Amino acid sequence: MLIQLPRRNTSDMWPWLGVILVSAVCLLLRDKVAWLNQLPSDLVIPVADWINIYMDWFIDTFKWIFRSINWLLSWPMNGAQALLQWLPWPATIAAFCVVAYISSGWRLSIFTGLALLYMVITGYWSPSMNTLGIVFVSIPLAVGAGFVLAVVSYKSERANRIVQPILDLMQTVPTFAYLIPILLLFGFGPVVGVVASSIYACPPMVRNMILGLQKVPADVLESGVMSGSTKRQLFWWVQVPSAMPNIMVGVNQTTMCALSMVIIAAIIGGSADIGWEVLSTMRKAQFGQSLLAGIVIALIAMILDRISRGFTDRTRAIERRHLSRIERSKPLITALGLMLAFILLSIFVPALRIYPETLIFYPADVINEGLRYVTANYAFFMNTLKNTVLFYYLLPIKIGFANVISPFSWGFSLTSAMVWGYAVVIFVCACWLYLKRSWQSSIAVVVTGGLLYFGLTAIPWLPFILIVTLLAWQTGGLRVATLAFTGLLFMLFTGIWSQAMLSVYLCLAAVMVCLLVGGSLGIWASRSQWASNFLRPINDTLQSMPLFVILIPFLMFFQIGEFTSFLAIIAYAIVPMIRYTEHGLRHVPEETVEAARSMGCSPRQMLWEVKMPLALPEIMLGLNQTVLFALAMLVITALVGSKGLGQSVYIALSSADTGLGLVAGLGMALIAIIADRIIQSWCAKRKDALGLA
Amino acid sequence: MEPANNNIKISCRNVWKVYGENPGQFFTGQNGDVRDSEDLRQKLKDSGHIGAACNVSFDVHQGEIFIIMGLSGSGKSTMVRCLSRLIEPTAGEVLLDGVDLLKISDADLIEFRRHKMGMVFQNFGLLPHLTVLENICFPLKVQGIDLLKREARAREVINLVGLEGREDSFPRQLSGGQQQRVGIARSLAVEPEVWFLDEPFSALDPLIRRQMQDEFLRLQKMLHKTIVFITHDFLEALRLADRIAIMKDGVVVQIGTPAQLVLSPTDAYVAEFTKDVPRVRIITAGEIIDSNKNSDGISFRVEAAATLEKIMPLFNDHPEGLIVERDGVDIGVVTPQVVVNALATAGDAS
Repeated sequence: MLIQLPRRNTSDMWPWLGVILVSAVCLLLRDKVAWLNQLPSDLVIPVADWINIYMDWFIDTFKWIFRSINWLLSWPMNGAQALLQWLPWPATIAAFCVVAYISSGWRLSIFTGLALLYMVITGYWSPSMNTLGIVFVSIPLAVGAGFVLAVVSYKSERANRIVQPILDLMQTVPTFAYLIPILLLFGFGPVVGVVASSIYACPPMVRNMILGLQKVPADVLESGVMSGSTKRQLFWWVQVPSAMPNIMVGVNQTTMCALSMVIIAAIIGGSADIGWEVLSTMRKAQFGQSLLAGIVIALIAMILDRISRGFTDRTRAIERRHLSRIERSKPLITALGLMLAFILLSIFVPALRIYPETLIFYPADVINEGLRYVTANYAFFMNTLKNTVLFYYLLPIKIGFANVISPFSWGFSLTSAMVWGYAVVIFVCACWLYLKRSWQSSIAVVVTGGLLYFGLTAIPWLPFILIVTLLAWQTGGLRVATLAFTGLLFMLFTGIWSQAMLSVYLCLAAVMVCLLVGGSLGIWASRSQWASNFLRPINDTLQSMPLFVILIPFLMFFQIGEFTSFLAIIAYAIVPMIRYTEHGLRHVPEETVEAARSMGCSPRQMLWEVKMPLALPEIMLGLNQTVLFALAMLVITALVGSKGLGQSVYIALSSADTGLGLVAGLGMALIAIIADRIIQSWCAKRKDALGLA
Repeated sequence: MEPANNNIKISCRNVWKVYGENPGQFFTGQNGDVRDSEDLRQKLKDSGHIGAACNVSFDVHQGEIFIIMGLSGSGKSTMVRCLSRLIEPTAGEVLLDGVDLLKISDADLIEFRRHKMGMVFQNFGLLPHLTVLENICFPLKVQGIDLLKREARAREVINLVGLEGREDSFPRQLSGGQQQRVGIARSLAVEPEVWFLDEPFSALDPLIRRQMQDEFLRLQKMLHKTIVFITHDFLEALRLADRIAIMKDGVVVQIGTPAQLVLSPTDAYVAEFTKDVPRVRIITAGEIIDSNKNSDGISFRVEAAATLEKIMPLFNDHPEGLIVERDGVDIGVVTPQVVVNALATAGDAS
């Protein structure tokens, strides 16, 4: 034998060869056998219609319950909004500043004051206060419900088994999708925002609180029991306070989710809030206006995030507890005094109650002018960038080299010699990788090569289902495989397959960029403290931003279309990739690093041979988050013209089509859950093998 | 040799703790007094159950330091938790002052814990959100004692363990040794009658551990609690214990005074522990007396509890021997010959 074949366990490889063979046959036959390309329409199960029929009945029967809840909720909500509108703006600012001071000190207090002043000066005070009114009603609802759910599922294993998958669904089904039934049940109006954001903001509270309760050390619990606590004392005096750091993290995340959803709920209108300002100006292509309003949302997000995060810091709470009672209540008294003073003053100085319009500074037209100038003068640059990415990256993934290569796009047309050349290159690569690396990399090259040639959306459904199911089976075993298989079948038989593939394509394209760019940034941040310090605030800001706002800058320069969506998804989904990569690389066991150093590893070897393999499970968890973030953003980008399931949901929303909305939303959730389970089980396996579990 | 005080405080009778699918099937009711416990252990193993504590019986006397010693997985922590009912035993009886703790209601149990028991934990178990003072007050707070009273009491125990000046610190601002002092103070705040200590010094540095052991003996001299002390450190057990129970795989292998364990280990497992223990530190004068020899010409007296290490130098001045007395009564004589014989036979035991 000329070449000595490497000895490996290749038993798992044979199914892949089988799948590749089936795929090849499907691709050869697809022009002759129509059902390979698309499922015949009479096989499609009209699930959406069934849901609609059931929904009609449900609404007719139970509408009164929901309308009463609506009525009930409208009281605190109208109250909160009326109060915030009535309070003179300096009084509100004073109150916020004091809370910010209590939470984390002077710097945040000043920032909060300036941010709120921005809202006053640009004339966005009233819509901002309306938004805050809704948020302030949703937060206690979400926190309260989350608290109860967490306690129930902490105490009862059976309840936990019901709650967990519901939480999964609540977080993965796109928010738009459940706006529809909520809208139908609760009717129009700002209360829908309250209900939707309470539901959406609940899961992080539940998750963090369960985690916190589970993390209470056994010693602490036992010491509580041995002190003679009753169950109630144990819960309120031992478990809850010990879990408090996690609970506060939950409150922080819940707050951010509530804000995010309140902004999204603006899409159904009904309240003069800041989300509506952004959306309506965006639709009119008044980007200056939407930027100014978008900044308001960003500022609100930052204020709420920093304040609620400040309360999670235990050292600060401890410092405060060492103050005397009088000193501790000083800020509160100051706040009340200031508020009272401003309220009294505003009787004599009306400008304090309502900021005079003549003093409003609103540079939207200047921004629009500037933007026009930029787009006019740099159009060539922008278009070149856009087209390059489209022709050489996005479209090959979407429709494949076979369809994208033409004199118009690439400057030449595809000849059969090129196709054969491509095939040979792929084959040689696969053989080389099989001999030098592993069969897995070899298979990966073949599958990727095939995908890029034929295009993700042009691949017949059968090979796609087989590939994903096989991948799921080999990483997560029978359970994950079953989930993947039935999930994909659901999408096939409910007739949303082609939209789903469009979503998968855009998500995949964006995730690949996040993986490369975010991974590199993460590596950089793990090696340089400067980079880490530089990236952290950017990451924090991007992550706490309501999804809407991220669209605005890209929309301004690249208009509506797939490219804008692509960029917006990357901007949002890259954050976890950076974070987890940095965290994973920085937390490789110190001993291992020292051992490697003492063996004489160069910095490069240290990174690729030692740290990378050990950090890989963590990095993959980052990738997992990135996928979920990308899918969440994908739905929002339907607003700026991306195609796929997000678009279906959006259409369903505007036509109040519960069935379509839920089916498409569920499809989205299934994509997210399947990706999540496959990556998670890979990580678990790997961590186990490395002894890091 | 039983301690002088024969008043039994805690009595543990045939206690079993079995983990697995259906541990109850092996016992009818609470009765752990099975005829053939070896046979049952085998049955447990065969059916995939794990016997964390098997047929454990012992008595702890009033004012005694009773140490349960064993390596990890031996069931010693399970046992102390069965005594305090932090873990529900599968079968058996735990009598505290004659009351079976396993039969009383939850409300009564809480009362017992509030007034009769104190417990110290390996990782301290302090509440992270409370100051030192508040942590120590906690057992009093759950009883509903008002603030001023409980703070006064807490300050007493703070003085007792030497933590004055740290009242307003939070646990994480303290060193390990200080944190365990808080744990000890908290467990003593309610003036418990029985005191459980679950590896209280295992998480501390060796030097601090030594200090805390002395501290512990000092406290016990003042307080005379009935103590069940868990450790994996045989030397610690020897230093502190009145009596030691050695556990292995859920079973008590031997119960006895330090000297009994060292001088006559029941099996190779116990002998392995005692092998390197200096005999002179363990064997006391009272244990090797020659009660037949008359005390003519001998005048110097030593206490029965004195170790050989202490009395051997005395033979320099009193080569004829020493009179051994217990509670003021002469009980016999030791001569250099007796000591040499005793050490020679003790050496054989290893």
